[in-house]
Amino acid sequence: MNREHKTNVKELSGDKVIFGLWLYILSDCVLFAALFATYAVQHTQIFGAGSPDQLFSLSNALTETLLLLTSSFTCGLAVLAAYANKKGLTLAALGATLVLGLSFVAMELTEFSKLLSDGHGWQQSAFLSSFFTLVGTHGLHITLGMLWMLVLMVHIYMRGISTGNTRKLLTFSIFWHFLDIIWIFIFTFVYLFGLM
Amino acid sequence: MFGLLTLQAFLHGPIETGGQLAVVLGVLAVLGLITYFKRWKWLFGEWITSLDAKKIGIMYIILSIVMLLRGFSDALLLRGQQAVAVGAGSGYLAPDHFAQIFTAHGVIMIFFVAMPFMFGFLNLIVPLQIGARDVAYPFLNSVSFWLTAAGAMLINLSLVIGQFAATGWLAYPPLSELQYSPGVGVDYYIWALQIAGIGTLLSGINFLVTIIKMRAPGMKLMRMPIFVWTALGSMSLVVFAFPILTATLAMLSLDRYLGMHFFTTNLGGNAMLYVNLIWAWGHPEVYILVLPCFGIFSEIVPVFSQKRLFGYVSMVIATMSIVFLSFMVWAHHFFTMGAGADVNAFFGIMTAVISIPTGVKIFNWLFTMFRGRIIFTTPMLWFMGFLVTFTIGGMAGVLLSIPGADFQLHNSLFLVAHFHTMIIGGVLFNFFAGFTYWFPKVFGFKLNERLGTWAFWLWITGFSTAFIPLYVLGIMGATRRLDYVDPLSGWHILFVVAAIGACIIGLAILCQVAQVVVSIRQRNQNRVGNDPWNGRTLEWALPSPPPVYNFAVIPHVRGRDAFWMQKEAAAKGHAPKEPVYEDIEMPKNSLVGFFIAGFSFAFGFGMIWHIWWLAALGIAAIVVTIIARSFNEDIEYTITAAEVAATEHRLSHKTV
Repeated sequence: MNREHKTNVKELSGDKVIFGLWLYILSDCVLFAALFATYAVQHTQIFGAGSPDQLFSLSNALTETLLLLTSSFTCGLAVLAAYANKKGLTLAALGATLVLGLSFVAMELTEFSKLLSDGHGWQQSAFLSSFFTLVGTHGLHITLGMLWMLVLMVHIYMRGISTGNTRKLLTFSIFWHFLDIIWIFIFTFVYLFGLM
Repeated sequence: MFGLLTLQAFLHGPIETGGQLAVVLGVLAVLGLITYFKRWKWLFGEWITSLDAKKIGIMYIILSIVMLLRGFSDALLLRGQQAVAVGAGSGYLAPDHFAQIFTAHGVIMIFFVAMPFMFGFLNLIVPLQIGARDVAYPFLNSVSFWLTAAGAMLINLSLVIGQFAATGWLAYPPLSELQYSPGVGVDYYIWALQIAGIGTLLSGINFLVTIIKMRAPGMKLMRMPIFVWTALGSMSLVVFAFPILTATLAMLSLDRYLGMHFFTTNLGGNAMLYVNLIWAWGHPEVYILVLPCFGIFSEIVPVFSQKRLFGYVSMVIATMSIVFLSFMVWAHHFFTMGAGADVNAFFGIMTAVISIPTGVKIFNWLFTMFRGRIIFTTPMLWFMGFLVTFTIGGMAGVLLSIPGADFQLHNSLFLVAHFHTMIIGGVLFNFFAGFTYWFPKVFGFKLNERLGTWAFWLWITGFSTAFIPLYVLGIMGATRRLDYVDPLSGWHILFVVAAIGACIIGLAILCQVAQVVVSIRQRNQNRVGNDPWNGRTLEWALPSPPPVYNFAVIPHVRGRDAFWMQKEAAAKGHAPKEPVYEDIEMPKNSLVGFFIAGFSFAFGFGMIWHIWWLAALGIAAIVVTIIARSFNEDIEYTITAAEVAATEHRLSHKTV
């Protein structure tokens, strides 16, 4: 650990951008809470359009979970690499995170298109509406997160590991870990409870 | 190419055409005047691109006043209709148009009058009171303001193109679903509120960070002025409540655009889910508005009673308990849902409990006045008016909190009278008081007191004449939103009295407009120095108007009423230290916030009229703009110590 590491961390603790990001995360939690509450109310409203235990696949959801958890790990590695002032390693770890995120979104889209082609679209029942909306909103967050990640990689590629870029990376990683936690809740309350 | 938009959307009945023309001519007149006076460069350079919280605050208040005039015209149309639509006459408004007007009235008054007025004060005063040079994120602040303005413009556009929602201000389903509201009215509602709501959420985060992270050294939490405390409470509510509004409106739009079944009448849709969610946002929203107003009076009453605030700690505790309790009462808006006696009892009791911290505040203000040397300026008159009306409205609220009584009174004019008493007496009167109180700080001269006094007495008379009959009508059984009165009901005369009240309020508003115009014309006689009211908080330590950087030297705070302590120390002969100026970094002006809001407006318009390419273009433009902005590192400029010294010298030697 060199001196670069220390200055970075010291300058970033108590930073107002990072504090603001935490408040944004809080507000996003409330947004998801509203969607979870809606799902809790609506998930029994099947109307012959297929129930959770008929539609969900545990192995699929588990694979998605593992992909996302691994991406959180590589995202953490990127932050550590930035602290150690290793530009190449930071970019590589972010690249891995991006690939994992892409695979997650690809799996989710595959699941969605299969549901749609089997006639289980969001128009079929209140349960399916709330399912697509809750899981889709998370997927949208992941997609926007990947766009953010791409821009961040360009920043780091162009301007190296500065305190400003480390802060950008740190705010991104908080957002990414937060999406991971939301997914754990989706995995538990939508997929596990649905299949039990 | 243009989705649902056809020429038909521009054609309206005679009265709607009046509104349409008013908007078009108003916009043309403003554009013409700016061009005639060659003010475009000034407008862009000094205002639209400004990231200075003080200027953004002024723009918020201008937006709010413009929308107040619009919302009040709606109110006059409604009162007029109810006064003449009796017996054989059906009035001048068709039922659907009447419904659009009461919807627009509610939406505008809450979202585009009360909210911008509040954010105006927050922008103007919070940084000054905590000894900061700016808010935490000046650029985001500009984005927030322009998003709010874009939402307001969308609502006004609905007067010109198409129609507005005819659903009531919260757009309850299933009425607001595609099946029963197939037109674009509800879509105008959804996108205007979504765009403005995101602006509000960003502002909420911005001010929370500002208050928590940017206080001057020594200003501990328990030394903050009460206005800052109430802003802190209100902004915490914004961060917790507005995402619920975003989610709820998003679900309603998914129902309308993608055929989902959240709140529809079939396939498991549940309208009561919407009602619960919207009030889980809506009740805290009431406190988002009223808490900063309590804060304004907590600044005004001590200054004009010439005493320090009574019960500072209990004021803080009361504020924070209101923040907490405001999330525990939402179901009192629909006791008739059928949730059962135990649920209703819980929400009824929690509602009544909120009156305790509110009562604490009222007593604190009264004890502040007790044995004070009260100066009866207009802000103080507004306070007395508030005290009476708010207490009456509050008692009506406690009455409504009893589920048994509420079963009779809900959806009646009694309820309408109750919440108008709370929002006019509790919010609007506060804003007028704060406007008069802080006007000299912001513009450097006082408002005319005589016209202000006239405005106050006309307001309080008009307000009582307009709303006391509604309490009576409600108890007599009149429901809200009637576009026709049965002559046999015996209600007609009271509706006429209420309409007269609305006209008296109209006179009051004219007085206020005259007050501002006269005061501007006589500004040179009414110039003031730093401290026209013998104030207690830090904003009065600064020149009026303050320089762009607010504080040349960040103050060290040693206790509550920081400026009062400075004055006491000076009176004891402790001369303040000779200031040592340093370079100050300030944010550069930026047009990006304005552009982002413009693209959001285009996006909203595209969504409303199903012009998908425009909506997609709008979103793409927003994303590209944000990414491009992230690469711009040249966003600050430096005011050198010498320039600061020169400005301070000039301001302190200005002739008063």
